[in-house]
Amino acid sequence: MTVYIDRSICNGCGSMTEPRCAEVCPGDLLYRDTDNKCSVRDHRDCWDCASCIKECPRQAIEIRLPVQVGGRGSALKAKSFKDRIVWSLTKPDGSVEMFDIVTKNDLKER
Amino acid sequence: MGTNTNTRQDTKTEVPGEIKVINMYSDIAIVGGGTAGCFAAVTIKEASPDTSVLIVEKAHVKRSGCLAAGVNAINAYLNPGETPYSYLEYVKKDSAGLVREDLVLSIGQRLNRVAEKLEAWGLPFIKDEFGRYKARGKRNVEIVGEAIKPVIAAAVEKSGAKVLNRTAATNYIAENGRVTGVYAFSAREKTFYIISAKAVICAAGGAAGIYRPNNDGSARHKMWYCPFNVGTGLAMGLRAGAEMTTFEMRFIALRIKDVISPTGTVAQGAGTRQINAQGEVYQKRYENNSTPLRTYAVVEENKAGRGPCYLDFTHLLDSDNNRLKEAYLNMSPGMVLKWADDGTEPNGKPVEVCTSEPYIVGGHGQAGYWVDEYRKSTVDGLFAAGDVAGGAPKKYVTGCFAEGEIAAQAAMEYIKLKPETQVDEEESKRELARVFQPLSLSEGITPDEYEERLQKIMDEYAGGISTDYELCESKLTVARDLLLRLQHDVGQNMFAFDMHELIKAHEVVDRILVARVLVEHLLYRQETRWKSYQERVDYPGRDDSRWFKFVNSVYDNQTGSILIKERPGRAGELS
Repeated sequence: MTVYIDRSICNGCGSMTEPRCAEVCPGDLLYRDTDNKCSVRDHRDCWDCASCIKECPRQAIEIRLPVQVGGRGSALKAKSFKDRIVWSLTKPDGSVEMFDIVTKNDLKER
Repeated sequence: MGTNTNTRQDTKTEVPGEIKVINMYSDIAIVGGGTAGCFAAVTIKEASPDTSVLIVEKAHVKRSGCLAAGVNAINAYLNPGETPYSYLEYVKKDSAGLVREDLVLSIGQRLNRVAEKLEAWGLPFIKDEFGRYKARGKRNVEIVGEAIKPVIAAAVEKSGAKVLNRTAATNYIAENGRVTGVYAFSAREKTFYIISAKAVICAAGGAAGIYRPNNDGSARHKMWYCPFNVGTGLAMGLRAGAEMTTFEMRFIALRIKDVISPTGTVAQGAGTRQINAQGEVYQKRYENNSTPLRTYAVVEENKAGRGPCYLDFTHLLDSDNNRLKEAYLNMSPGMVLKWADDGTEPNGKPVEVCTSEPYIVGGHGQAGYWVDEYRKSTVDGLFAAGDVAGGAPKKYVTGCFAEGEIAAQAAMEYIKLKPETQVDEEESKRELARVFQPLSLSEGITPDEYEERLQKIMDEYAGGISTDYELCESKLTVARDLLLRLQHDVGQNMFAFDMHELIKAHEVVDRILVARVLVEHLLYRQETRWKSYQERVDYPGRDDSRWFKFVNSVYDNQTGSILIKERPGRAGELS
């Protein structure tokens, strides 16, 4: 398993035609389920591109590595802002490392 | 059918309702909203705002294809001292001398300008103390590229080009030997699109999933190339009779073990050593340090009992660790999870490398449409750019932009002379039936099952990972026969229980066709030109006197036969 959706946080993007994670997934792997929360069609097909976790407005999604390739529970979450992204990496011992990375130039400079 | 079939009852799903047909028109239609396709769209709208442009995109332009996760370097850029000619010399040397010089040079002449355009669109480039792009090597610069796709998608939206997201192209509309549009279907509902256009630019991806990948089961899509790029653009061209080139130069990537993350971030410009298990810098044992030979060397070191191989950058300072983690978050976040799960920091221990499954791509390798200098294919009205365009390896992101621009300019010229288009009603009915057939069956074999079969055949008989990529005629002919049978069975029995599975069904159909053509290319070239990429153990030497030429192919969609033709190695040579 790679993409984990916390269904206590996910609201299926409410009244939007399509949840934002489902809109962007390059593999078309996410969808609004019958309980109006998002589900993954097939975990095996996830590429780990993290598009969904960046897009989720409620930070309800995280990615982990499958056990087969050495996954031991580390998890990545992200919160996107207009011109930066803040990642939080939770390690197997529970410690958390944060990364604050610029994603777009200051548009005023252009 | 046997007991291994799946029925609609098992899956308890069906897609209700009638098939809706939507007719559309655009002056120029573009297949694929990646780097090449988006750049082509913006180029057209900037030059000619009244020309209508429609991008047909299987996923969503904001995060589709290769660059979904981002990219942390521009790998084709001319740093001070480099010229379009020195870029050409490098590409040629790295590709055993056989490339289309005209195509590579035309890319080289545009690399820096298109990179600057990407920066102007809002993507951050790292600068050195002189305010120039920060070099990572002779032809690489570092960027902060997590948002490269959203930035490109915003430029497309601003340009006024239209995008049809979640719409999978299936075939070209053909009229008297001329391509006049695209057939497609929606990933969300039973809707069939007939999109007429005066010209079509194919800018789709290459093909992953032809071979059995490094990981299987729960990790089967932990691969380097985008697993959702399945060669549909190539298959569409083949079915339309477009000539293809050099499929046999497969691309096999040297990547970080398990997560199959790119290596350039830690291997380039950092004083990194490539070592085997004995700590030996092994590459010097091999005849050169070209891209294919770096893959070959790892295979050989492992065969000789000197594996695993590693990238050793443990000399880096602790203060570099954060920079490396951020660089991977901007491109391949799985690597950061890997370090965390291993309980190490980037400079804590050498990272093990492996070699990927073979991919069929025109952006790193040179498999793809045979095009002229204007990126016009051999079929009237059809242009190709980026990962589906052949003959110009190592073009990467900026090279795809460059080809998108060239194809866009050529398509704009082309449509000035062309009358309105028509669609043959019989042809469109046949295509609609073909597209939706897997939904109409009440039982059958799933796309996943056929995909596994394809990957097993290719892995074992056509030089996959498990056979150290080695090729020989006797095994390739087995692959040829098994693929032909598979293509037949898939046409009869493939079953899709919803729209997502229908997309996957067509992905398998397209991949099998690409695989069949690939096997013919591999059989035909009776030499070894690119070790590991194309290594014929029954013809181990490189033979320029006989094989300094391009191996091309044309598919006959009526008979299913593949015609191989040779083109001179000097085709496109600069005078």
